[in-house]
Amino acid sequence: MEIKHVKDYIYWLYYQYLLITCSYVLEPWERSMFHTITVTVFAMVVYTAYVFVPIHIRLAFEFFSQLFGGQPESTVS
Amino acid sequence: MERPGRAAAVAGAQPRANGCSGAGHGTLRNGYVRRFPAPDTQVDHIVHNGGLYKRPFNEAFEETPMLVAVLTYVGYGVLTLFGYLRDFMRQWKIEKCQNATEREEQKDFVPLYQDFENFYTRNLYMRIRDSWNRPICSVPGAKVDMMERVSHDYNWTFTYTGRVIKDIINMGSYNYLGFAQNTGTCQEAAAKVLSQYGAGVCSSRQEMGNLDKHEELEKLVARFLGVESAMAYGMGFATNSMNIPALVGKGCLILSDELNHASLVLGARLSGATIRIFKHNNMQSLEKLLKDAIVHGQPRTRRPWKKILILVEGIYSMEGSIVRLPEVIALKKKYKSYLYLDEAHSIGALGPSGRGVVDYFGLNPEDVDIMMGTFTKSFGAAGGYIGGKKELIDYLRTYSHSAVYATSMSPPVVEQIITSVKCIMGEDGTIVGKARVQQLAENTRYFRRRLKEMGFIIYGNEDSPVVPLMLYMPAKIGAFGREMLKRNIGVVVVGFPATPIIESRARFCLSAAHTKEMLDRALKEIDEVGDLLQLKYSRHRLVPLLDRPFDETTYEETED
Repeated sequence: MEIKHVKDYIYWLYYQYLLITCSYVLEPWERSMFHTITVTVFAMVVYTAYVFVPIHIRLAFEFFSQLFGGQPESTVS
Repeated sequence: MERPGRAAAVAGAQPRANGCSGAGHGTLRNGYVRRFPAPDTQVDHIVHNGGLYKRPFNEAFEETPMLVAVLTYVGYGVLTLFGYLRDFMRQWKIEKCQNATEREEQKDFVPLYQDFENFYTRNLYMRIRDSWNRPICSVPGAKVDMMERVSHDYNWTFTYTGRVIKDIINMGSYNYLGFAQNTGTCQEAAAKVLSQYGAGVCSSRQEMGNLDKHEELEKLVARFLGVESAMAYGMGFATNSMNIPALVGKGCLILSDELNHASLVLGARLSGATIRIFKHNNMQSLEKLLKDAIVHGQPRTRRPWKKILILVEGIYSMEGSIVRLPEVIALKKKYKSYLYLDEAHSIGALGPSGRGVVDYFGLNPEDVDIMMGTFTKSFGAAGGYIGGKKELIDYLRTYSHSAVYATSMSPPVVEQIITSVKCIMGEDGTIVGKARVQQLAENTRYFRRRLKEMGFIIYGNEDSPVVPLMLYMPAKIGAFGREMLKRNIGVVVVGFPATPIIESRARFCLSAAHTKEMLDRALKEIDEVGDLLQLKYSRHRLVPLLDRPFDETTYEETED
């Protein structure tokens, strides 16, 4: 019962995705092409985020900690 | 500017609805549904310039939610990209080209199929074409039979399976008063006339085609409208497009509503007069144009305009809005211009006695110079009419193209109109006609109220039997049509070019023939499909309604 519910919900989500992106009206081969592109782009965004975001956060953190509290003598001079 | 709130409050006490008993109208204000009935004093600022109105004028055009607009554009973007891909493939013969193309020997001429509308037809419309032009195979009454058809090549061609989908609830025909019937008095009378006169006339009115039936019809229509004289034509579209050129010409000015029907637009263009467009139902905009026209006169020569003609429609068929006729008439009188009122959708469908928008506002038909309307909708027949002063009609009889050149109306059609008009006027000795007008008004109120409660965005006036339900996204146009048909309900979906590109909609036309059960079933299915497709965009139920000013169509709003 629970599984069916979840399945229905996922199907509903997929249907909304089809409607909003208009892939609902595409022909099957176009639709698979569109899905491939979307999935690829999405995967690349996620991967890029995974690779670069932590580094940038660390660098930003270092930068701001340097600016505000790290070396008080630098602000004096 | 005068803002007499009292007048509106007084009107609130009168029986207000379009002939129906006034239960529950206090809960509707500015088109919103409120939980609790408000005291009558709250109704005040619905009507701007309210002194001119004898009834509340509730019209709302909820604005498109930003997110929906963005997603709609995204959808069109995807479709456009794929359209370019397919065009590319067609050009390089990767796939078979099924659309019209230039012939080989015309390749170097000016291209015929490269503008945006062709692109749209080829690559966007074609994908959802199955929701349009479905052949029906019964009388288009409250229920209708449809031929089943399938497409094996993604809507480029259709084949008929030979099966018939029975008893589809018809929410699309302009059958406002339910006179599209194959039984009943109208049909019997028409059949009798058919056996007496035959179907065709084979001549124009000025030659051998002027039957006694035509004379009878014109007298009856004039009496129905309350005008001196009237003339009937065989085609509603041609009534507009051929008579406007007879009325105005070079050196005249036409002020036309931006959402006027194509027939009015065509007529105005054919006339050769200068055309200026005012914003939809916006009296400020109209007054500004009138003022400018009178102050500045014709461009360059500065001579005064010979005539100024205002073109408006009674009910706008795509927006479901009703013209602000009292204000238009006031302006017309103030600036001494002429008024052409197209009652194609409103005649029969509005007003306590079904006499159209003039009756609805309780005005004098004499104030409208040219009353035009059609018999195709409320009367279940074909053709159009023009009513007005006797001099005007006599002039048109001689000079209008559709009077001189068109074949006169078929006698059974004329008889159908005569019987139905008499029925509406109560001259057949029954109250059937009156009951139909009331039934339509009640159906309209009920259907609109329920749709609003469900949270759909509904355009237009609360008394207009044309109910546009906004769909916005291109994929939802096709999906809505298909899902509704699957549930045995026939709807009309509308997209570009009939509407602005992001404002695709479904349009329901109510009928007096719809029973409460049919409407309830239709509403239940619409609700279901609305949940499935996420169409309930309206956010007005969440906003505290009492403090919101009347926006969008406000009378005070001045552009530029």
